Amino acid sequence: MKKIVNTLFAFASLNYLPISQAVEYEYLGSIGAQARYFTQETQDPEQTEQQFSLYAEPEVYFQWNDGNDSLTFKPFARLDSADDERTHFDIRELFWLHVQDDWELRVGINKVFWGVTETLHLVDIVNQTDAIEAFDGEEKLGQPMVQFSMYKDWGYLDLFILPYFRERTYAGREGRLRGPFLIDTDNPVYESDKEERHIDFAANWRNSYDFLDVSLNVFKGTSREPNFIPKLVNGVPTGEIVPFYPQITQFGAVMQYVSEAWLWKMEAINRTGDLIDDFNALVGGFEYTMVGINDSSTDLGWVVEYAYDERDASQVATQNDLSVAARIALNDIDSTEVLIGLSHDLEFTDSRAMFIEANTRVGKSSKLILDMWLFNGDDPQDISSQFKNEDFIQVSYEWYF
Amino acid sequence: MLKQYKPTSWLSLLLAAGLALSAASGQVNAETTNKGLEIAKERKARDKGWGDSESTSQMILRNAQGDQSIREMRIQALEVQGDGDKGLTIFDEPRDVKGSAFLNFSHINEPDDQWLYLPALKRVKRIASRNKSGPFMGSEFAYEDLASFEVEKYTYQYLRDETVNGELCWVIESIPTDKYSGYSKQISWIDQSEYRVQKIEFYDRKQALLKTLTFADYKLYLNKYWRAHTMTMTNHQTGKSTDMIAKEINFKVGLSDTDFNQNSLRRAR
Repeated sequence: MKKIVNTLFAFASLNYLPISQAVEYEYLGSIGAQARYFTQETQDPEQTEQQFSLYAEPEVYFQWNDGNDSLTFKPFARLDSADDERTHFDIRELFWLHVQDDWELRVGINKVFWGVTETLHLVDIVNQTDAIEAFDGEEKLGQPMVQFSMYKDWGYLDLFILPYFRERTYAGREGRLRGPFLIDTDNPVYESDKEERHIDFAANWRNSYDFLDVSLNVFKGTSREPNFIPKLVNGVPTGEIVPFYPQITQFGAVMQYVSEAWLWKMEAINRTGDLIDDFNALVGGFEYTMVGINDSSTDLGWVVEYAYDERDASQVATQNDLSVAARIALNDIDSTEVLIGLSHDLEFTDSRAMFIEANTRVGKSSKLILDMWLFNGDDPQDISSQFKNEDFIQVSYEWYF
Repeated sequence: MLKQYKPTSWLSLLLAAGLALSAASGQVNAETTNKGLEIAKERKARDKGWGDSESTSQMILRNAQGDQSIREMRIQALEVQGDGDKGLTIFDEPRDVKGSAFLNFSHINEPDDQWLYLPALKRVKRIASRNKSGPFMGSEFAYEDLASFEVEKYTYQYLRDETVNGELCWVIESIPTDKYSGYSKQISWIDQSEYRVQKIEFYDRKQALLKTLTFADYKLYLNKYWRAHTMTMTNHQTGKSTDMIAKEINFKVGLSDTDFNQNSLRRAR
């Protein structure tokens, strides 16, 4: 146990508070180094072909009142050799948590995750995507929130007040994985005249019935996903684009069914708004795990997911796509895992992406991580074609303390 | 060991009667089955009532070349009457999995419910129930080896008496009732003085000896419950082994049902 009772904070010695007022603290986190190499010629000559970066994500945690109150602080920073936008700092978490019987209250900056699928996170809307950090949408920015959670025999209910909006991050002028158009993130346009100070609300209910997990959620506020409009100076297009954040209402539904080696998953959303074309979208499929293949300790898991979106391919990449991936877990001392997969557009059949993610432990507390993405498809009607020249290989080394 | 716990006399009588019968008649199989079942029932009955516990454990993983790696974790457990127990495991080492937590509801007649919390993604992932035969944290322990012992999970056959670790033991063959168990059978050595498991041999689905688990450093808690502080699992087919060492165990620490749900899993530290 790494928790240390800090006697300085153990006010018991002052003789007016009980011993349970002792504050325990914990310090942990990671530091990483990353190299990225792009194998194809850039679409814009200003863009880099390789980039190196250093990043850190420390975390401090304090708890008191027998662990019923705690404070978590987790900042993040990256320094990038080529892209000014990718050099960035964010407070991933800074929140106070109070736990009481069957309810919890969190106030501050935090992250929540909604959903069950692997290839696309449709219902997961509370936190903004830190798109410059991870191409696959898995990294999120810290979101200011008040979160009230309760657990009753009818399920788990989370209610959110989200008082401040975070803009999506995008690669800068020299950066990669941005397509041919430079996104001007300094001049976003909002539907609400309160701009990023619009107060958003969200609620999520979930419950398990034996082998079935169900969740329903609703979000009302500033869309995390922007639309893009051409940037005009004195009525003349500059060639850059500007993100536009409309007001939306989104309903989401999640289902997961567990049956022996199978996990069946589905997420669906309905998004409406005055300044967007209303649409429905769906992602669903299964994860099938074969334990101990060929009498070894290796597990092989198959992830198959289909994504459908009523918007067309010029607006969203996952409008009619099938993804198949194999997850290999060696279950060795170094916890080696490899995920290898293919996403295929069923409409623009030239459009596909192949990816490999692999990681293993090095020594006692370091990880070596390999990521590779290869893109194909150049039909201009398909938004994915913006990535046709963005094939890359990335190696990261992370040290945990 | 001031208060020795004696087997209930009716059971001894029954066992003696069973032995006499089995020697005298052709009903060997039924009698040895019955004797095996009675020993399993008494083993479970003696462990009833421990309530809840919190322990700090270390796993030492060794490969055939002798390289080793350490896992550290804290385990909270809650006894559930009439069903399998609930468990929450919080990982501390290695540092890259620090903060990950695993919630398990064992069941007697249906697959366990399992969830894993991944702190980097803040995501609770349900685990397909079929994975019980898979390795726990890369160790030689499978998930099913760490689940609570429930009488109904096996059918039993008493084989013989034998001395192991200086204790006279009943040797029992247990065949899992769950078709997804990774084992075709287990042979257990249960000591006749305290009904403690001293050794288990695990046979793979091809009936070959796969692993041996030995129990050592038993300590008595609440004057009633024996817990082994060292469990060593050796895999005979790969040469790998894992020591599971309980550094500290505390009983009746005040855990309740509300400490074992997806919200408590999310905030486990």
